[in-house]
Amino acid sequence: MFSNRLFNILVPIISVLLGLISGAIIMLIFGYNPIAGFAALWNGAFGDAYFFGETIRQVTPYILSGLAVAFALRSGLLNIGVEGQVFMGWLASVWIGISFELPMILHLPLAILAAAIAGAFWGFIPGLLKAKLGVHEVIVTIMMNYIALYLSNSIVRNLLSDGADRTENVAATASLQSNWLAEMTFYSRIHYGFIVALLMALVMWFIINRTTTGFELRSVGFNQHASKYAGMNVSKNIILAMVISGAFAGLAGAMEGLGTFGFMSIKSGFTNIGFDGIAVALLGANTAFGVILAAFLFGILKIGALNMPTAAGVPTELVEIIIALIIFFVASSYMIRWVILRFKKEGK
Amino acid sequence: MDYVIEMLNIRKEFPGIVANDNINLQVKKGEIHALLGENGAGKSTLMNVLFGLYQPERGEIRVRGEKVNITDPNVANALGIGMVHQHFMLVDTFTVTENIVLGSEPKKAGTVNLKHAEDQVRELSERYGLNVDPKAKIRDISVGMQQRVEILKTLYRGAEILIFDEPTAVLTPQEIKELIDIMQSLVKEGKSIILITHKLKEIMEVCDRCTVIRKGQGIGTVDVSETNPTELASLMVGRDVSFSTEKTKAEPKETYLSIKDLRVKDVRGVEMVKGLNLEVRAGEIVGIAGVDGNGQSELIEAITGLRRSESGTIRLHDKEITNLTPRKVTQSGVSHIPQDRHKFGLVLDFPIGENMVLQSYHQKPYSKKGVMNFKNIYQKAKNLIAEYDVRTPDAYTPARALSGGNQQKAIIGREVDRSPDLIIAAQPTRGLDVGAIEFIHKKLIEERDKGRAVLLLSFELDEIMNLSDRIAVMFDGQIIADVQPEETNEQKLGLLMAGNSTQKAGEQ
Amino acid sequence: MLKSRFLMVLVFLLTFGVFLAACGSSGGEEETSGSSSDDSGSEESSGEENSDFSVAMVTDVGGVDDKSFNQSAWEGLQAFGEENGMSKGEGIDYAQSESDADYATNLNRLVRQDYNLIYGIGYLLQPAIAEVSEQYPDTNFALVDSVQEGDNVASIVFKEHQGSFLAGVAAANKTNTDKVGFIGGVDGSLINKFEAGFVAGVKSVNPEIEVEVEYAESFNDSQKGQAIASNMYSKDIDVIYHASGGTGNGVFAQAKDIKNSNPDEEVWVIGVDRDQHEEGQIGDSNVTLTSMVKRVDIAVQEVANQAMNGEFPGGEVLEFGLADDAISIARTNEEAMTEEIVSAVEEWKEKIVNGEVEVPSTREDLQTFLDSM
Repeated sequence: MFSNRLFNILVPIISVLLGLISGAIIMLIFGYNPIAGFAALWNGAFGDAYFFGETIRQVTPYILSGLAVAFALRSGLLNIGVEGQVFMGWLASVWIGISFELPMILHLPLAILAAAIAGAFWGFIPGLLKAKLGVHEVIVTIMMNYIALYLSNSIVRNLLSDGADRTENVAATASLQSNWLAEMTFYSRIHYGFIVALLMALVMWFIINRTTTGFELRSVGFNQHASKYAGMNVSKNIILAMVISGAFAGLAGAMEGLGTFGFMSIKSGFTNIGFDGIAVALLGANTAFGVILAAFLFGILKIGALNMPTAAGVPTELVEIIIALIIFFVASSYMIRWVILRFKKEGK
Repeated sequence: MDYVIEMLNIRKEFPGIVANDNINLQVKKGEIHALLGENGAGKSTLMNVLFGLYQPERGEIRVRGEKVNITDPNVANALGIGMVHQHFMLVDTFTVTENIVLGSEPKKAGTVNLKHAEDQVRELSERYGLNVDPKAKIRDISVGMQQRVEILKTLYRGAEILIFDEPTAVLTPQEIKELIDIMQSLVKEGKSIILITHKLKEIMEVCDRCTVIRKGQGIGTVDVSETNPTELASLMVGRDVSFSTEKTKAEPKETYLSIKDLRVKDVRGVEMVKGLNLEVRAGEIVGIAGVDGNGQSELIEAITGLRRSESGTIRLHDKEITNLTPRKVTQSGVSHIPQDRHKFGLVLDFPIGENMVLQSYHQKPYSKKGVMNFKNIYQKAKNLIAEYDVRTPDAYTPARALSGGNQQKAIIGREVDRSPDLIIAAQPTRGLDVGAIEFIHKKLIEERDKGRAVLLLSFELDEIMNLSDRIAVMFDGQIIADVQPEETNEQKLGLLMAGNSTQKAGEQ
Repeated sequence: MLKSRFLMVLVFLLTFGVFLAACGSSGGEEETSGSSSDDSGSEESSGEENSDFSVAMVTDVGGVDDKSFNQSAWEGLQAFGEENGMSKGEGIDYAQSESDADYATNLNRLVRQDYNLIYGIGYLLQPAIAEVSEQYPDTNFALVDSVQEGDNVASIVFKEHQGSFLAGVAAANKTNTDKVGFIGGVDGSLINKFEAGFVAGVKSVNPEIEVEVEYAESFNDSQKGQAIASNMYSKDIDVIYHASGGTGNGVFAQAKDIKNSNPDEEVWVIGVDRDQHEEGQIGDSNVTLTSMVKRVDIAVQEVANQAMNGEFPGGEVLEFGLADDAISIARTNEEAMTEEIVSAVEEWKEKIVNGEVEVPSTREDLQTFLDSM
């Protein structure tokens, strides 16, 4: 039989290649040199230490938002609300970061923890509604995203600043930023958060694959009836899955608040960290390791693509199309996989 | 002798396996021809070849003596071959006629002319005694009726040769009886029927000849009048099989399970169990006989904690277990082999090994302080797999990949291994082949002999009669009769199940 | 087994990436080492060698085709390029930002591509400019619409409240219902400036006129803009002044919708930043009453010229206002802007320029202004 694992690895690789090839064809059609275009993309992501640092910086929140979506999906829940949970985490981490004076050893963990709790709380609400009242989590989380966006704008404007558009910078004791790393990468905004993200991937792997909690969550994700039959508390697990997922998302917000920016500003729209997290999770087959790889791909595409207009003359619109195509093929690979699995099931 | 269908030396391969190897099937005009084999023997593959869904690697197919090349189901239809699928392909919200004409709608000036089709359907229905209302909506008619719609669909398209794929699996005993009548009237009108099945009783009852397949190989064709179930079973399985499970007389001891005045509502809030009383004692198998939908599922869900009971008490020994959580019920000493093993019994996407600890994963030695110990889990799983003869490549294979019989053996292994006081077995052999059924029956009796109480729910009267030490007949949410198997027969049970009192059944 | 092989491939890829990065940067240094040391050594002299001078800009999330100040800034750069024989990719260029996180990356990239002068267009870029200008003291930056200190940063701000005041005068003269509306982008000190000026202008003409103020909380959500505009027009408001970038496109769309279904309906939009006459065109009529034109292009071009000539106004805050003609009121719609309105606008402009009227630029100042009336 065709190895399942091989299949799982091949599908995303093939879809990325398909995306790149169709991107190349589009560039050719519009009269741009695809080799120059992709070279610009590569250089934009790895061209020198600065860009490499920026790529890592972009990858960091993607890993966490990808983990958040993947964790919920493993438990059979589609957490569209990662975006909103990122906002709450960002807000909470900055709030703690600017309002206290503490030694770093307390301040930084406290700010990070606050972000996780805020995100978890934002995930708890849809989890509770789903478990107790059967309200579909997708609808609730979409709405919670808007609440998070405007609530955090309002708090930044009225509570954390005096009617300004942004907060002050977080105290150095709560910052993830690193002069050492920044200097090494020509002042890129790479920060220690990357270590947090990798650690969290390990945490997710451990919870899902090694604990009884993870066993229950996966079981509920696959088959709620059998889980109930086996004596698991389905409601509790649904809530728990959303809480942990939200905590990961909140940490993604902390990466932005304590690392990349060091402050929070009023947002005119979503950051897309959460929404891209959905694609990252799907591409990563909902595993911790896969999410890291997928987050890298997305980070590279995002940062590298910024270089294509100036370095290869490919217009931004075309770059957007190429990036969208790659994501499209990645997403459709998931659909293809899903269709194949469905066929397998029906054939049985 | 002229055959309507001849399949000669058919070979069909799938990557890695040979599903059909050198199989011959010859069907005479006007006969009911059984195609017998265990699950996974290659019956469905062979029929899909005949129906044009698969192309054979080798061999030839002749229809009415002419060599044909059936490239797709449309070709099969044109040759007069029709298939009545096991899973109906009907649109719920359409009427019977609409479903029948679907795909070949009679058109008049661009609009569908249903009036004419309706008359045709009614005419066909009357001719073969199908008794189907052409205007009824599919969602309003019973499963048995839906199957007749499938039959009508093939007849409407001019089928002369009908393939029935395990048609009785979804039917009640009464419906099976009616289906057999229909098949006989079809044959009387000159149709030929291929019946795919692994139920020997049906073959003996309706079929003229029988072709046996084992592990993809054609074993041969026999005249049903010259054979008996034991011979057919050993042809199918490849060894001798015993039917009526050997068992000694039960020696019931103290009462383990006692249910008093139990009332349970279903999902829609309709009361399905209406003041039920039942006792099961150590060392006996109590069979619940009844037509599906009389509250059996709700009763079992209430005992196992999956559904709240409105009132009444359920006691295990002296301990009340009414409305405890499923986990507490399990820990009090109840095992449950669920009716729907795919929905309740297994997490199909989990490895079979992890399914073996579905209830006990949180206990030592399978986990410690919340961290799983997979080494111990798989060690345990391997032991159970060996002990209960679960055929699987290894313990890491997803449960989904196992055959139904092996899935069920795994569940039984898991449930029995916990050494429970009470085993609830709901339809434990549904859809399984003879070999697996034999194994499961033997296990249940073994457990009884160890002094456990067994509550058996089954819609197969054979199984109830064979296995039970006592039969409780359930009708309309209550136990209306308590009979000894040796003092009754299928006919009497059937009447009781239809709601007649013991007395009346006795008079018959 | 397979997983580990896959891991190896990844590790390889990453190592390869870092390796290339190392090559790239060392190669890059070789290529540019001359010029970069030049840059630091002869920052002033680089102005004289015109042929070497290059300038680029980073847009905010609105993008270069926002029909507003990003576009206006790019038009200024293009004009500058035309004068000096440059074109996109040859001496002048822009980088668009998809999100807040891209500002610093884009600025950094342009620094590394050795542009002499880099514009940050919009106040949203202020934190990024602050950070990057500090890291690269040898490159000159100019920030539009906000103020950042630093010897290598020129801050370009506009007296939008003055222009908005005149927009208010025009609106007050045009309204038939005595109700006018203001739609802001994101509620903050910059857009409050527009709001304060506009309200002051309206009330100066006729204190009885009601002004409804709404914020879309976005600069690029035209649907939201349309929804707010629809709401306002249905409440009998007949003139809307928008200061909301791309969100304003929805305001135009709504006004045109109304005009389309009933050509006699009197609805007006006052545009912002650029002359938005085109946006208001529908058939033979036009819903754009006028626009508060902020000549970002003039300012951008001016500062670029100064920098090229070695007179970069580093550390200065350049304020462009009515007096510099960097703020004006468009008169393209001659039919709508009657003689009467134009003369009223001119009259108030005189008063502002000669200091007779002090236009408020915050909500507090507005309150004092209104109280004193």
